[in-house]
Amino acid sequence: MHNVEALIPIIAVVTDIKRETPDVKTFRVVGLDGKKPFEHMPGQCAMISIPGIGEALFSITSSPTNKEYVEFSIKKCGCVTDVLHAIEPGQQITVRGPYGRPFPVETVFKGKDLLFIAGGIGLAPLRSVINYVRDNRDNYGKVAIVYGARSADDLVQLKEIEEEWKKEKDFSVYLTIDREQEKWDGHVGFVPTYAKELAIPNTYTAVLCGPPIMIKFTLAGLLEQGFEKKNIYTTLELRMKCGFGKCGRCNVGDKYVCKDGPVFCMTELDELPDEY
Amino acid sequence: MKKISLANLNELYSAISANYPLYLPVERAGEVNYGYYEEGAKVRLDVLKTVKSPKDCFFPQTEDLMKFKVEGQKIEIIDVREHAKPFVVMGVRACDFKAFDVLDRVFLVDPLDTYYQTKREAGIVITHACGKVEESCFCKTFGIDPVNPLGDVTVWTDSENLYWRANTEKGEALTKELGDLLVEYQGNAVEEQQAKVNEIYAKLPLASLTTESFKNGDMMELFNSDKWQKLSEACLGCGTCTFVCPTCQCFDIREFVTNSGVTRFRCWDSCMFNDFTKTAGGQPRTTQMQRYRQRFMHKLVYFPQNNEGAYSCVGCGRCVKKCPQGLNIVKVIKEFGGKQDA
Ligand SMILES: Cc1cc2nc3c(=O)[nH]c(=O)nc-3n(C[C@H](O)[C@H](O)[C@H](O)COP(=O)(O)OP(=O)(O)OC[C@H]3O[C@@H](n4cnc5c(N)ncnc54)[C@H](O)[C@@H]3O)c2cc1C
Ligand code: SF4
Ligand code: SF4
Ligand code: FES
Repeated sequence: MHNVEALIPIIAVVTDIKRETPDVKTFRVVGLDGKKPFEHMPGQCAMISIPGIGEALFSITSSPTNKEYVEFSIKKCGCVTDVLHAIEPGQQITVRGPYGRPFPVETVFKGKDLLFIAGGIGLAPLRSVINYVRDNRDNYGKVAIVYGARSADDLVQLKEIEEEWKKEKDFSVYLTIDREQEKWDGHVGFVPTYAKELAIPNTYTAVLCGPPIMIKFTLAGLLEQGFEKKNIYTTLELRMKCGFGKCGRCNVGDKYVCKDGPVFCMTELDELPDEY
Repeated sequence: MKKISLANLNELYSAISANYPLYLPVERAGEVNYGYYEEGAKVRLDVLKTVKSPKDCFFPQTEDLMKFKVEGQKIEIIDVREHAKPFVVMGVRACDFKAFDVLDRVFLVDPLDTYYQTKREAGIVITHACGKVEESCFCKTFGIDPVNPLGDVTVWTDSENLYWRANTEKGEALTKELGDLLVEYQGNAVEEQQAKVNEIYAKLPLASLTTESFKNGDMMELFNSDKWQKLSEACLGCGTCTFVCPTCQCFDIREFVTNSGVTRFRCWDSCMFNDFTKTAGGQPRTTQMQRYRQRFMHKLVYFPQNNEGAYSCVGCGRCVKKCPQGLNIVKVIKEFGGKQDA
């Protein structure tokens, strides 16, 4: 935790805003001193606000290996996010965090072949892991990425995917969109179906993030292909207020998603009530 | 041990409140709740269950967290926390005192909640042993001793006197400040009362209630039990049970905008409310049954799981008395096998 005064944020500045899709923008954020506002690990989140509207929690989509700034990809879908979408570079925001248990990038994932499956804005937390893996390439095996969105216009970080990820050694990147679309010559079809067709070996460690319905079908597919639950990870998203296990809002059984998650291994979720 | 005659209690209250804000059960508009002592206040030390518990004094129903000044693209954070001055909370019953311990397990673990912590450290707690009991009481189910609570000072009252025992340094200091108001006492009025109360407690309808079935129960099995449906059918989702409960700790964080800036505050919230967990993406608890189950699973299963078996219920019986639908944690404990008869 970067400050003991857990509920008190720090002020940070948005230095760059990039439009990804009609409703997603990526925000680059630094502290008032121009440096990274805090250190984090992939999968962790931070609480952001513009006072007067309220706070919301977002995955830190940049990798910890980025030493200059942190980034958030934010989908416009309510009060806080509407306002964030209307700001201009130079805007100050409040930030607190990072919160949550990260992906086990330094333990379980080390030396493994990794399969990332994401839908829509669900790429945000996975991008942090993917770039962490790229920057520590020797520590990990092969990487397969299956990423889909409603349409070609809804794929976030497309430039980085095309220009960097696809060129990375031992990276296979598979993009898909839900329906046929002009000027799209890639795959068309839902993520779970595509992931199954690709028949990635079940020795990979899989990391899923996306809408609940995508998770549900993708998971079923992976299990059918013989993936073991202990090799499947996902993140949960529940309503949150405090971010560190005090406000009582985000529990699933005896676990608080904000502090015990948001990253969970499938074997852990099996031991929790189905209430998320 | 020391004592003071009941006839002189107002002098005691005045003497304490001359040095500290004094927070104790007072009657206002027919209801007894913790409030600040002022001259003429109708103090009701005799009442066992104030409507709301004394948790307000450490975890207020609403509490400002910070203010912001926003100018163009610039933001300034204004820390509104005051250096908490010592205050005295008097009359805390054994159950409510134990509830502070439950709240400590939430707010005083890393990361520390400094808003709670400063108040907790500034508070001097005078507990009040129970000289009577009510039908809705079941503190002993949770190992609480109603006739010998701790705190900085413990007091007992009978029909003549208030007996006073300091337990801590803070308590000793307070005792000293009160000087001659308290006189030495060496009789055994307290022991006699304790024995009598224990005897009556044993005859209470809930005296043999146990939570054994939760201690040894399996979380998933309890969660998936079909008993919850029937138990929760009448629940209105009004949240009364959570607001009167001394251990309920859920809060919301909100903001309001004024001419001079933005104030961010927190306020009690309730897992019984239907929008508590609602998100754009969905609602993990769509039915009142799920919300009802959450409240009691938290108190009897989830919380103990994370806190070396400590329950998040202290048997104060407020929810037993106050639920408009006659639902409560006792019904839950009984339904899952907690004995009613010895
Ligand atoms: C662990 C975690 C990681 C997240 N990461 C990202 C991210 O990287 N990018 C991103 O865009 N969003 C992310 N979110 C969602 C984000 O926190 C906001 O909830 C969401 O953007 C809506 O914010 P809002 O204040 O604009 O909407 P509001 O005005 O608060 O709400 C609009 C609607 O959204 C609902 N809502 C409130 N909280 C949530 C929630 N947690 N999820 C969904 N709907 C909610 C409201 O009930 C309402 O129906 C994440 C949430 C969590 C819990
Ligand atoms: S659940 Fe009911 S009996 Fe238990 S502490 Fe809360 S209000 Fe009191
Ligand atoms: S249990 Fe009773 S007091 Fe609690 S929300 Fe339901 S109806 Fe209201
Ligand atoms: S967000 Fe407050 S407990 Fe998880």
